Amino acid sequence: MKKLARLIPFLQPYWKQVLFALIFLVIQIYLSLLIPQILADVIDIGLTGRSTAFLYQSALVILGIAVLRAVIPYGQRYLSEWIAAHIGYDLRNRLYDHIHHLPFSYHDSSQAGQLISRCIEDVRAIERFTGFGVFDLFRIVLLAVFIVSRLVTDHASLAWIALLPLIPMLWITVDFGRHVGGYFLAVDNALGEISTRIQENVSGAQVVRAFAREAYEMDRFKQANQKLYTARIHVMTEFGRMMPSTAFLVSAGTILILWFGGQMVLNGELSVGKLVAFNSYLLLLSAPVQQLAWLVNAAGEAVAGVDRTFEILDTVPEIRSPENAVVLAELRGEVALEHVNFQYAAGNAVALEDIQLNVEPNQVVALIGATGSGKTSLVNLIPRFYDVTAGAVRVDGVDVRSADLASLRRQIGIVLQTSLLFSATIQENIAYGKPDASLEDVIAAAQAGQAHEFISELPLGYDTVVGERGYTLSGGQRQRIAIARALLMNPRILILDDSTSSVDTQTERLIQKALDVLMEGRTTFVIAHRLSTVRRADVIIVLDHGRIVEQGTHQQLLAQNGLYRQIYELQLRDQEQFHEYMENLNQDPSVQAQRTRSLE
Amino acid sequence: MAQAVPPNEEVFMKTYDPVITRRIIDFGKPYLWKVFVSLILMLISSSAAAFAPYFMHLAIDQGLTARNWERLQQIILIYLATAAVQALGTYFRVYIMARVGKSIIVDIRTSLFHHLQNLSLSFFNHFSVGRVITRVVNDVGVLREFISWAFLAVARDLFTLIFIVGAMVAMNARLSFLTFLVLPLMILTTVIFRKKARENYRKVRSAISWVNSNLAENINGVRVVQAFSRQEYNFAHFRDSVNKNNLTANLSAAKIAAGYPSAIDFLGTTSVAVIVWLGGIAVLGGPSVIGTITAGELVAFILYIDRFFEPIRDLSQRYDSFQSAMAAGERIFALLDTPIEVQDAPNATELPTIRGQVDFNQVTFHYSDDSTLVLKHIDLHVQPGETVALVGETGSGKSTMVKLVSRFIDPSEGSVLVDGYDLRQVTQASLRSQMGVVLQDPFLFNGSALENIRFGRLEASDDEVIDAARSVGAHEFISNLPNGYQTSVGEGGISLSVGQRQLISFARALLAMPRVLILDEATSSIDTQTEIIIQKALTRLLKGRTAFVIAHRLSTVVNADRIVVIQDGQIVEQGTHAELLAKGGYYYNLYRTGFEE
Repeated sequence: MKKLARLIPFLQPYWKQVLFALIFLVIQIYLSLLIPQILADVIDIGLTGRSTAFLYQSALVILGIAVLRAVIPYGQRYLSEWIAAHIGYDLRNRLYDHIHHLPFSYHDSSQAGQLISRCIEDVRAIERFTGFGVFDLFRIVLLAVFIVSRLVTDHASLAWIALLPLIPMLWITVDFGRHVGGYFLAVDNALGEISTRIQENVSGAQVVRAFAREAYEMDRFKQANQKLYTARIHVMTEFGRMMPSTAFLVSAGTILILWFGGQMVLNGELSVGKLVAFNSYLLLLSAPVQQLAWLVNAAGEAVAGVDRTFEILDTVPEIRSPENAVVLAELRGEVALEHVNFQYAAGNAVALEDIQLNVEPNQVVALIGATGSGKTSLVNLIPRFYDVTAGAVRVDGVDVRSADLASLRRQIGIVLQTSLLFSATIQENIAYGKPDASLEDVIAAAQAGQAHEFISELPLGYDTVVGERGYTLSGGQRQRIAIARALLMNPRILILDDSTSSVDTQTERLIQKALDVLMEGRTTFVIAHRLSTVRRADVIIVLDHGRIVEQGTHQQLLAQNGLYRQIYELQLRDQEQFHEYMENLNQDPSVQAQRTRSLE
Repeated sequence: MAQAVPPNEEVFMKTYDPVITRRIIDFGKPYLWKVFVSLILMLISSSAAAFAPYFMHLAIDQGLTARNWERLQQIILIYLATAAVQALGTYFRVYIMARVGKSIIVDIRTSLFHHLQNLSLSFFNHFSVGRVITRVVNDVGVLREFISWAFLAVARDLFTLIFIVGAMVAMNARLSFLTFLVLPLMILTTVIFRKKARENYRKVRSAISWVNSNLAENINGVRVVQAFSRQEYNFAHFRDSVNKNNLTANLSAAKIAAGYPSAIDFLGTTSVAVIVWLGGIAVLGGPSVIGTITAGELVAFILYIDRFFEPIRDLSQRYDSFQSAMAAGERIFALLDTPIEVQDAPNATELPTIRGQVDFNQVTFHYSDDSTLVLKHIDLHVQPGETVALVGETGSGKSTMVKLVSRFIDPSEGSVLVDGYDLRQVTQASLRSQMGVVLQDPFLFNGSALENIRFGRLEASDDEVIDAARSVGAHEFISNLPNGYQTSVGEGGISLSVGQRQLISFARALLAMPRVLILDEATSSIDTQTEIIIQKALTRLLKGRTAFVIAHRLSTVVNADRIVVIQDGQIVEQGTHAELLAKGGYYYNLYRTGFEE
């Protein structure tokens, strides 16, 4: 309950709707209680008392109630749906906004699927409970209070007898409600396992076939399928027990009323109408009591949902603009790392250690090192995607932690190896960092990024929606759009990864050309894979296990005969060597003679 | 971010289709007598339930009004007995039907999965994993819902309706007909509301799936969102269009959903008023259109009215469930009916242990749904132990050639032979168990490193697995994992680097001890240390085996026994590296441009 209380602030803006819904609910309960009373009077006064006038009157009253019973509950139901929908809307907005402000470190350790399920499933559970559960609970309590007091005042001893079966019924349904969540969870898990089996089997179809493991896969699927069968049977068994026993208990109530009440009627203690009313009241109460099972379950889900969503909302975004943040004017592009230490999380290995680096405006810095040496960690500190553990990162002399985040990040352009585009038009994608950019600006950026030509050839041009049925872009095309996207921001500082694996030669050239334009006149940090990039860099930084081990130009570092030279020999030289090999070949007279022959 | 249109929903309603119904029933055949027993139990318990108001009528008229305690006792005891029968009947029916329904579903799921194991790989190019899961999980689920609940519920509803109508007519035909006057209105209301509700349901579904895809995209791309400082802009878009659209859809659905019970209640209560008025007069013996009726009958009538509307409401819901089941059934059977392209011949023989000679004889290939020739008259003869590097542009036909060797596809013309055996004449299992495949993007299963390597040969001992890992240089990094060989590699091997996954897939291939090896080399940027290890592993792997390598690395190409250059589905050049370079043809050009800065 304490947990659910956290939802009260979400209900507050809608207190009027809540109030009206409650009023409607009370009227509605009152109306539903009227009918058995009227029917009792019809029997006792109208029929037994032989009053035709009373019958007419009662029929009219019932008709009046019919109208009210259509209007009032409608208002109540609509209002509770309305409240539910608005709470869901607000909560989802809050989550969306919050998730987008949580730092990289948070997203590194959380799964996207989980976060999405928080925003969809958990919000839905909360929405359902606050919208319907709360009102239903209120209805049941109110109804129970009304009916029990009504029956007890009417005839106390018969009331207790008639209410007797409600006790085991309450127990059975609440018990069912408390457990049914667990049973459904088991079903969900089993279903999840089946999905995973299929997912793997289909994604790895070629491997399964190649190793002739179909029978083995079939066995594993059968196991998962059997698990689901068992889980479902479990749920059904619980249903199979709960449904007939509660139905029987409802009948038991009527039977008790007939047995004991019948004797009272025969003794003249009770009228027939009263007895019928007793039975009707009991039936009115038994339906909501059976509903309790679902309410208890819904409450359980809502509590779990509250737990999980507030876990997100309670996470304080560590990285945000400080109060009195320095709003950065156009940067010159000077970047300094002062004795920077960095680890992703306390207890993790140190990602960067005592990094000391001064970069002048418009310099090109190439970062080289093995996977995990700290290249990406280093560049991520500049736009303050992460905060340093010790030391400081300064841009134009301003510590990034004291700068206004948007003013900092808007001046830093980033092009990564895998270019993430959004399913929007190409124009919107290029204008991602500057949503108000004109089409002319977008085209100019695309031209500079060598993307204009292929975009123009698309049937819908700049209006082509990326990644939808219509058109899938190749890796090279995506990368050029990402370059255009960065260009449009006209950043002062640029961070890029020049790896262009899996594109053909022609595209590679275009990308290279686009990158050249992009790097011009900006401070650039490039995670380098290509010899040409490394050669033209003003400074090459060689990283190893989070430390800068070598620093200098290509020639200087080659001469040092250290790690750079090793990497050069292993990775970069292939590119150069082949070039030389071809050169030599072209000069070899015997080869030339052979070639002349083959041409003839 | 902005998405032009909310994603479309697949059609999920379909009217009655005899063929589909027939095929669903076929799956139910083994359980026919159980279904029959359930049906009987259902009839027993629902008639017991329908009797309740009638007992009330008997109790009032014959017991209370007639002041006959004996008779009242009898009636109450019979009532008790029927209530008990009803409870037991329900219990056993649910017990039996739950098992029948689930068994049918298990059967359908199993046959779907089995079929998936035999479908050609090209099928999965058009049919995404997501769609397969939707078929096997969601569509089958819809069918399950229908078989377990709806089918018997329809029988119950119809029976209850007939019983109630019968009881009412038996008590007083005229009053019954007067009550039934409200029926057409009720059915009309139900039909209209249903239709509206269905439309709304679709809108709500597509609204929430838009929310879902927007969330997915932005959460997955949250780093880009932050890098471009788009948080506020994206939030405004989400709040004012994506989430707002969901709110609006829900509110308009709420209007309808809240209205339906009101309309039904109104109609029901109105009929009660009519019965009280006309019935009451009749009880009093006044001039009434309905003749005579007792007080007890009147009470029973009013009680029946309550129960009368429920099956109608229920039936209209079942109709939806029926339509969904038809649509789901159609899609499930469409998948089950997809022809299997590569099958073992009826007289297929086991391929004996091979030496590894591979021959392509005049092989031509095109896909069954596309007449464009992918390969044209390929003649290639590979000696046991030879390493053949296949070189050519994307789409030239390299991958098709290696698929033919492992018989993932069959040639359209010509034949592929291994050690002189036509691949179509041997069993796929005996062929593939002597063949190793390493893919460019090494696929690992969600399991431990040990399990993944053992996938190559299930009966291999732990020591053999470790030996294989050692041989390809994977042992060191696996031992350093938190739980060594027992460490889970995560879904698709996500917790390992590409290089590490590649090494595990090498170990897996090595463990299978294949005679013929097919290798699609990876080009992904791998760090220097791993690169060296992979090179060594490759040498180890290729030794003494016939190998087809779709080569990307210069070193592999240079060291291959033979380089085969493919262009537009034809072999244009073959020879050693030096020979081909000297020739100055296609290969020369390919590599000149490929490596030039």
